[in-house]
Amino acid sequence: MYSEILLDHFRNPRNMGRMEDADGVGKVGNPACGDVMYVYIKVGKNEKGKEYIKDISFETFGCAAAIGTSSMVTELAKGKNFEEAENISKSEVADAVGGLPRRKMHCSLLASDGLKAAIEDYRKKQTEKGE
Amino acid sequence: MKRVYLDYASTTPTDERVVEAMKPYFSEKFGNPTSFYSFAQEAKEAVDKARTEVAGLINAKPDEIIFTSSGTEACNLAVKGTAFRNKNKGKHIIASSVEHFAVLESLKWLEKHGFEITYLPCDKSGIVKPEAIEESIRDDTILISVMHANNEIGTLEPIKEMAEIAEEKDITFFSDACISNGLVDIDVEELGVDLLALSAHKMYGPKGIGALFIAKGTGIEPLIHGGGQERRLRSGTENVPSIVGFGKAADIAKKEMKSYVLGMEILRNYLIEKVLRIESTKLNGHPEKRLPNNANFNFAFIEGEGLILELDFSGISASTGSACSSPTLEPSHVLTSIGLPHEEVHGSLRITLGRETKKEEIDYLIDNLPGTVERLRRISPFKGGFDDYVKGTEWKGGHKHV
Repeated sequence: MYSEILLDHFRNPRNMGRMEDADGVGKVGNPACGDVMYVYIKVGKNEKGKEYIKDISFETFGCAAAIGTSSMVTELAKGKNFEEAENISKSEVADAVGGLPRRKMHCSLLASDGLKAAIEDYRKKQTEKGE
Repeated sequence: MKRVYLDYASTTPTDERVVEAMKPYFSEKFGNPTSFYSFAQEAKEAVDKARTEVAGLINAKPDEIIFTSSGTEACNLAVKGTAFRNKNKGKHIIASSVEHFAVLESLKWLEKHGFEITYLPCDKSGIVKPEAIEESIRDDTILISVMHANNEIGTLEPIKEMAEIAEEKDITFFSDACISNGLVDIDVEELGVDLLALSAHKMYGPKGIGALFIAKGTGIEPLIHGGGQERRLRSGTENVPSIVGFGKAADIAKKEMKSYVLGMEILRNYLIEKVLRIESTKLNGHPEKRLPNNANFNFAFIEGEGLILELDFSGISASTGSACSSPTLEPSHVLTSIGLPHEEVHGSLRITLGRETKKEEIDYLIDNLPGTVERLRRISPFKGGFDDYVKGTEWKGGHKHV
């Protein structure tokens, strides 16, 4: 039922693990449904002074689709500026893992939401710092 | 690749002896048992013999056995058939909250047709308390349904006590024994049940054949109408080969149960002992009052579908109560009924042994499991405990994301 790409990301997850000195952490999901994702980002600034995702990692409690899409979204987001990262849609994630069974489509939403939540958390922390 | 099948509660292989017994009834002795001429008598005699064998397994009389197309059909016939027969007497039904979907979905359907259902809670080990039945009985209660053993966690229910209460109040008592047939001695006389559902493929018989025991004097309305086969309770030309196979499987189970169950239980206990050594692992169900082949574990901080998939990569077939693995994305109603919190209900693993399960197969699982659980826990954000994100929020079901 899963594609080879998804199974590969499930078995060999990329960028997996907690990031202790993360600049932003996104926590999404609902343990009642059996999927929770934490996304950690380290933020850098490019030559134009624009913020981008310098490093990223994840931890996921969930099924193979949740784990596989989590891994994929970190790959898609790495090195991207915020605007680009926030534009990664659930269908982009789903396509990147070679498609998902219909009832697992929400897992790709979890992954793109997790990334957005991490960026949001970073911005919130920056605002707090500024105050 | 090595293949280790440990999902015998899902289905069993058909015993070679059963296959042999069935063979002549496809192309050679293919007659319709209802036909009058002598050629068809062979088929009729075979069906009669099978009926006697199935009855023998549960100490019933042959004319108390009705063959159906499955255990599910037997459950439907028991629940809906009783409801419709007694609808002028009352509209209230009592059932355990841990029944199989064959019963639960039949009840849901009856609710749409004006029946009222009271679902009985169970304790942490899955046992329904007979007192709860007493408290739920109303003047218009027409049926009580409690399964003989639970298909997920294997808990054996105190059927005799509950059936006694039903008997006193003159209420029909039904028990679904599809998962326990062939594993536990079932004596309908001693249990005092009015209706009991059986399934052949759970006990080394063929798929597509089940039976309903209907005690003499128990009124039931048929669901399938037609030529009036099976004492007018289940029309349709008899599935002769499968009925013959069911009979043979019942005969084998009756003769051999004592010996194979003992070995199964020893191996299952060995498995439980070893698996519980894995950190943050619990056994779901009752420590003793459970089916001899069932072990149901809960691994905290991980989700069961990934676990099943990982085991599958190693050639091991097992099942889980996780929401992600179910077509409805709902977690197991049995595991929520025994009070597992929402964050734990997804990490279950059901291992069910068969007659031919060998120690080396169990050892293969024991060798693979700790590493698999460990790998998934490394991916999980919850290490050794659930954090504030999980504990501080009032979670509800449904796939909504924060």
